Amino acid sequence: MPHDHHDHLSPSGHPYRPDDDHPLTYWQQMEIAIREILIEKGVTTAAEINAQIDAMDARSPANGAAVVARAWTDPAFRDDLLADGSAASAAMGFDIGPMKLIAVENTPDVHNIIVCTLCSCYPRNLLGLPPDWYKSRAYRSRTVREPRKVLAEFGVTLPDSTQVRVHDSTADMRYIVIPTRPAGTDGWSAGDLAGLVTRDSMIGTGLARSPADHA
Amino acid sequence: MVERTYMRVRPDMPPGHVRTPAYLRGKTGWVERRLGPFPNPEELAYGHKGNRLPVMRVRFTMAEVWGAGAETPDDTIDAEIYAHWLEETDPPHAS
Repeated sequence: MPHDHHDHLSPSGHPYRPDDDHPLTYWQQMEIAIREILIEKGVTTAAEINAQIDAMDARSPANGAAVVARAWTDPAFRDDLLADGSAASAAMGFDIGPMKLIAVENTPDVHNIIVCTLCSCYPRNLLGLPPDWYKSRAYRSRTVREPRKVLAEFGVTLPDSTQVRVHDSTADMRYIVIPTRPAGTDGWSAGDLAGLVTRDSMIGTGLARSPADHA
Repeated sequence: MVERTYMRVRPDMPPGHVRTPAYLRGKTGWVERRLGPFPNPEELAYGHKGNRLPVMRVRFTMAEVWGAGAETPDDTIDAEIYAHWLEETDPPHAS
């Protein structure tokens, strides 16, 4: 009887779910305490902190997609990007900061995939904040052990003739995958091509979309 | 093909902050490229300045890392390893 009067059912007849609230963790309290002290002592201001959060939120995979699309359309830029990813992306206005960038290129023979087994290193300047799964223990531990199975779960099944190259982002470098340019895009502008470059294709857990999907 | 320089990751398990993944310790790979120098994170983590060390991108085969249980033996894993964790070695026997 879905509409019987029961305390555990909402007026719409669905069960209530308990709130997912919990007290602040140790490190959450530590972050708040340090932030408040820094503001009290005049080291920084609340406005500066908000501005930095806005700047971090404003970074998105569209940055990386623009870099990839340019690499697809500008062979000299592609060579520069592969030789020195930091300098090439900085030249497009995406400063990678103190970290260095390495771009790795997919080909019919090689598929690259990025993971950080130790934590969650990620090219935030080009891709924004990492997705939650990228930080999960399952992704981090399985990608170095059974990358083809992980890829299959993302919907990417590779032929045996394609070598999988896993990059464990263990130290000072950050990585971006240049996915294979989809067939049927001859003559496309970099702007249009960028629309085919997904976040996952730049992590290596996906492929760029084909024009048919895009239509 | 350019001759490969093979490196073995020290098999040590020291306590504290270390950025050499445990699953690669004791494993042998070849230098994919040389990077750095970058300050040693094992010193930075404890408030020291951090000696600047070369960092190598070392490429390992799945067969080397996971042995007979490897998903696809010829697939590879690249990782950045600080120089003090590496010792030059002979190539592993041909597979």
